[in-house]
Amino acid sequence: MKHLLLTAASALAFGAAAASAEEVRVYNWSDYIDEDLLDKFEEETGLDLVYDVFDSNEVLETKMLAGGSGYDVVVPSGTFLKRQISAGAFQKLDYDKLPNAKHLWDVIRERTAAYDPGHEYAVNYMWGTTGIGVNVDEVKAALGEDAPIDSLELIFDPENMEKLSECGVHFLDAPAEMIPAALAYLGEDPDSHDPEVIAKTEDVLAPVRPHVQKFHSSEYITALANGDICVAFGWSGDVLQARWRAEEAENDVNIAYNAPKEGALMWFDMMAIPADAPNPDGAHQFINFILDPKNIAQASNYVYYANGNKTSQQYLIEDVIGDPAVYPDEDTLENLYTTTPYPARVQRTVTRLWTKIKSGT
Amino acid sequence: MRRFALIVLPYAWLLALFLVPFIIVLKISLSDIALSIPPYTPTLDLSAGWEGTKRFFAGLDFENFVFLTTDDLYWKAYLSSLRIAAVATFLTLLVGYPIAYGMANAPDHWRPTLMMLVILPFWTSFLIRVYSWMGILSGEGYLNQLLLALGAISEPLTILNTNIAVYIGIVYTYLPFMILPIYAALERMDASLLEAAEDLGCSRLTAFWLVTFPLSRNGVVAGCFLVFIPTVGEFVIPALLGGSKTLMIGKVLWDEFFKNRDWPVASAVAVILLLILIIPIVLFQRNEQKQREAEG
Repeated sequence: MKHLLLTAASALAFGAAAASAEEVRVYNWSDYIDEDLLDKFEEETGLDLVYDVFDSNEVLETKMLAGGSGYDVVVPSGTFLKRQISAGAFQKLDYDKLPNAKHLWDVIRERTAAYDPGHEYAVNYMWGTTGIGVNVDEVKAALGEDAPIDSLELIFDPENMEKLSECGVHFLDAPAEMIPAALAYLGEDPDSHDPEVIAKTEDVLAPVRPHVQKFHSSEYITALANGDICVAFGWSGDVLQARWRAEEAENDVNIAYNAPKEGALMWFDMMAIPADAPNPDGAHQFINFILDPKNIAQASNYVYYANGNKTSQQYLIEDVIGDPAVYPDEDTLENLYTTTPYPARVQRTVTRLWTKIKSGT
Repeated sequence: MRRFALIVLPYAWLLALFLVPFIIVLKISLSDIALSIPPYTPTLDLSAGWEGTKRFFAGLDFENFVFLTTDDLYWKAYLSSLRIAAVATFLTLLVGYPIAYGMANAPDHWRPTLMMLVILPFWTSFLIRVYSWMGILSGEGYLNQLLLALGAISEPLTILNTNIAVYIGIVYTYLPFMILPIYAALERMDASLLEAAEDLGCSRLTAFWLVTFPLSRNGVVAGCFLVFIPTVGEFVIPALLGGSKTLMIGKVLWDEFFKNRDWPVASAVAVILLLILIIPIVLFQRNEQKQREAEG
């Protein structure tokens, strides 16, 4: 919530000071950087950095499509990036101003080319997977020693969910994450855009719905860390942040993250420059600063998300680079899928289905 | 000149802050979704002159309003919002009236302090105050801890993420809007009227119903409108305190706008919401005016 307030406060500040060439305005996801880096950027470049945060792609997209957001750098996820490029929301990157782009990692570049062919508009900030976070002891107490904590059966088998509802389960409130997962569980193409195939997920999601305590896209970090819930279907780094917080608190909550073996969604958050950015030059300076291997390594070490920078890997702590939940091994990597944006009509079907599953109407 | 200003000002206000925004929303509701900036078509291109204007009007239609009738989600959400707003308004009145009554009957030198206490919560952000209710109402929240410690309950109550939490949030947030107009009405009341009623044999309770309450009616009506109207479209309170089963039109509007990126349908939802609210208000005011004239 402090982020919402920050955003509100900065929105007020907007009115007061017209964007000047000396300022760079960045709009990134919440809890997604080591804030020491922000000071470092200001010291190195002499520019004033205004750093605002959001917690949903939808909010960012609405600002982009409305135009005149006043931001110089924004960080949409791949599918949203693709759609916003088609809408003409971004300007092309000037790679002459991004010497650090040479550090980018091929493995990630190949995959993000699906959203931005030729990498004309965006470079990767961080990436991760969507999977299952568990409180290991509680789940084993509920389901026995061989609880399927690395399988979608854990969350989509109503029998398991009934037992788990005692200790609490959260799902992401994001149909674009949950529906591909349900499709993967059914053995269908997770990226299907066929409304009839998508409709099948209702049979998976509706029976487990009564056992889901909450649909929310950020509360599960705290809830897992405090031991309030025992299972969350969420984003890799968020679950790992919960694990880290529980370790800090020494509260005997033992959290693990697994990308489901049936396949897990791999997503990418991409830095891009809005077409109407007031300070595109400063925007390039910021992106180049983030692409510096030491800087992005510092950010990854702080937030437990993998980045798209090959050279930075030598600066990563063992907890990050050595953890297959953050940097998956070859086999897991094979098992990850990506999705593409839904067209408007299919999007409406998906939103409607999601409302129906959540509210029963 | 002064007279002229007195007449023109309210109309200018209405035009700038109500009619112009409404026409913009209405215009978007008649357009079609598009993948562009802004995300709808057609847009009015004045540089294309008369031809551009003609093209613009030719592109408008009522398709989105027709669409709203094809899915029962929308009317269910409107009805559910109206019901929640009506119940919440009634509860706010139940809590607010005694407070306003107490304030109006308090000694003169207390009143500024009491008034201050009613207004004081506004000094903190509305968002923070609603958010803190989450801490009070949650499973491990202060309320459950208190009740458990007192032995009143043996299991924590599930209040957060239910409609009960939404009602609590609305009553808490909108209480000052109910108290202030009622207080204003009660404060103006002539105390000798009550003495007269008692002299004529009314008990205190009957006097309240026959004299005080009717005289405070305007305040009650104003308070109810001030609570009911924003509550119907309320988004923040159900989003933070309600559960996923809490169906309100504000949430549907959010989904249309942010999730479906369908500004035209979102605008159509908003236009209908406005009509639902404005028609009873206009009818009510007509009725009031007629009554006044009849009494006149």
